[in-house]
Amino acid sequence: MHPIITTLIKRIGLGIVSLFFVTLIIFSSVNMLPGDFVEAVLGQSRTEETVRIFRQELGLDKPYHVRYVNWLTSAIQGDLGNTFSGRNATYANQPQQNTARSVSSLLQPRLFNTFFLAAMTAIIAIPLSLILGITAALYRNSFYDRTVNASALTAISMPEFFVAYVLIIFLASINQFFPSLSNVTSSTPFLERVYLSILPALTLTLVTVAHMMRMTRASIINLLSSPYIEMARLKGMSRTKVIIKHALPNAWAPIANIIAFNLAYLIVGVVVVEVVFVYPGVGQLMVDSVIKRDIPVVQGCALVFALTYILLNLIADVISIVTNPRLLYPK
Amino acid sequence: MSKASNQYSAKNEVSNTHVRRTIFQRSLISLSKAPFTAWLGMIIVSSYFFVAIFAPYLAPYGEAQIFKVPYAPWDNVHIFGTDRLGRDILSRLIYGARNTMGIALTTTFLAFLIGVGLGLLSAILRGWVDQILARFVDILMAIPSLIFALMLLSIFGSTALNLILIIAVLDSTRVFRLARAVGMNVVVMEYVEAARLRGEKISWIMGREILPNILPPLVAEFGLRFCYVFLMIASLSFLGVGIQPPTADWGSMVRDTGELIQFAAYDVTAAMTPILPAAAIGILTIGVNFVVDWFLYLTSGLKDEHQ
Repeated sequence: MHPIITTLIKRIGLGIVSLFFVTLIIFSSVNMLPGDFVEAVLGQSRTEETVRIFRQELGLDKPYHVRYVNWLTSAIQGDLGNTFSGRNATYANQPQQNTARSVSSLLQPRLFNTFFLAAMTAIIAIPLSLILGITAALYRNSFYDRTVNASALTAISMPEFFVAYVLIIFLASINQFFPSLSNVTSSTPFLERVYLSILPALTLTLVTVAHMMRMTRASIINLLSSPYIEMARLKGMSRTKVIIKHALPNAWAPIANIIAFNLAYLIVGVVVVEVVFVYPGVGQLMVDSVIKRDIPVVQGCALVFALTYILLNLIADVISIVTNPRLLYPK
Repeated sequence: MSKASNQYSAKNEVSNTHVRRTIFQRSLISLSKAPFTAWLGMIIVSSYFFVAIFAPYLAPYGEAQIFKVPYAPWDNVHIFGTDRLGRDILSRLIYGARNTMGIALTTTFLAFLIGVGLGLLSAILRGWVDQILARFVDILMAIPSLIFALMLLSIFGSTALNLILIIAVLDSTRVFRLARAVGMNVVVMEYVEAARLRGEKISWIMGREILPNILPPLVAEFGLRFCYVFLMIASLSFLGVGIQPPTADWGSMVRDTGELIQFAAYDVTAAMTPILPAAAIGILTIGVNFVVDWFLYLTSGLKDEHQ
């Protein structure tokens, strides 16, 4: 078989295995709750019967592996269970009067918002950081390189909320260019949505560009110092031709990795930024649910984040396998 | 370090064939060659530690002492004003150095204890121990650590102890990988083989044979991991699930005073109040990064000389 295909199959298999274990960990989290959390959730007005019904609903009367399979199959179909909050102990035996909402109905609109923010950031950040990184690598040790590098190090060291607050002071408070609260709803028109999300997107851009630019610069410098590039230059090839014909084919893999790594970083950075700007996304939902200790919602959000993270890493690896010149021309 | 005389004397050179410099002398020499950024970093880090250690003597008021005026403006009584409950911001900043840095340091130490211990163990034992530990770490690293920490905190509750344990375990995965990778290179050396044949215990091989030889990359990693843990705890506290009140901590101070930022157009000093703790976090991280950069340059430079 072609070496690319075998490597691809191996990598995708590994991805599926890690997905399996991640779902197992997230599922198990509810069982690690200390004490009898069913009684704690239902509160003062619980009766023996409501406790029993709630247990049944959570499936705590069934063995562990059965519960896992049930949870996984319904999760794949988009059903992540019901929230703990709004669960009324008195109505527990009458499901139609239960005020608990389904986790997926909470997640869905927020998922769109978060991906909108992430996509907006990615569209600004990826070209910007690639250009900055590559030019800094080409003009290594120049004044330009030093300035870009020093500001990137500063941006990396600052917590996201610091960057966010500084932006708010200058762009939303002293000069009121943009709103400091990004209260988008599902009915907000596209252009207004973009306008409302500018500050959170800008914050995320600043933080990710710093990371991405430094990594791009390092990998390009690493590549340009390899002997075969020097050889190409020595045989009289022009600088641009060396970069396009010799450097670039080997540069795709690290660049794809860097982009995926930073998109993965983005979905984590989103949590803090969403809280600062009160942006109704998955991150904010997750933090709220952690404070309320609403475990099914936390599980749902963790599942979404972990899934995106694993998928992005998988895509990056697939790209680097497919574009690897050493695998393209097997001996 | 005394200055040697300028005159060359063959007798002196022959009689003192080889004078070994002490560690103190060697560090003085490398310190004198340190670049500006490294000095800046060292000054920043040591002044933070100074503030953290002598917090009760430096702070004008108590950590949770409440005054009559909430949100007091900056003046002579309260240099940086007071917060929502009327607590002095400057005092809380000073105590915050102690709490935030203390928790971050403890967490990093614990992460290194777990990570280096297990990493070296799997480098020495190889076989199924290594396989199980490495695969387990791979799985833990497949979930972003902030998300994992949030999930675990929602289950076990946000106490300082839980925070330290959870972040230490999550962070030890990265230490494990590094310790295992550099440990593997040393395990194959002859002197480790000799120690094994002598019948030394695993703890001796780990502590006396391997650890001293992989110390430089681990020390550099310690600085970087400290920054990472520090930012993570600050973020969690900012989100309201980290260090809980009334303990003064920079992340939750930003959260508490965040709404003041809206008044920047009317009173710039008020808007600066949440910026102060956030800047305190950022400056320490930059300082540590500068020191680590220099240390990495130094240790890798020394290696080049030997080759």
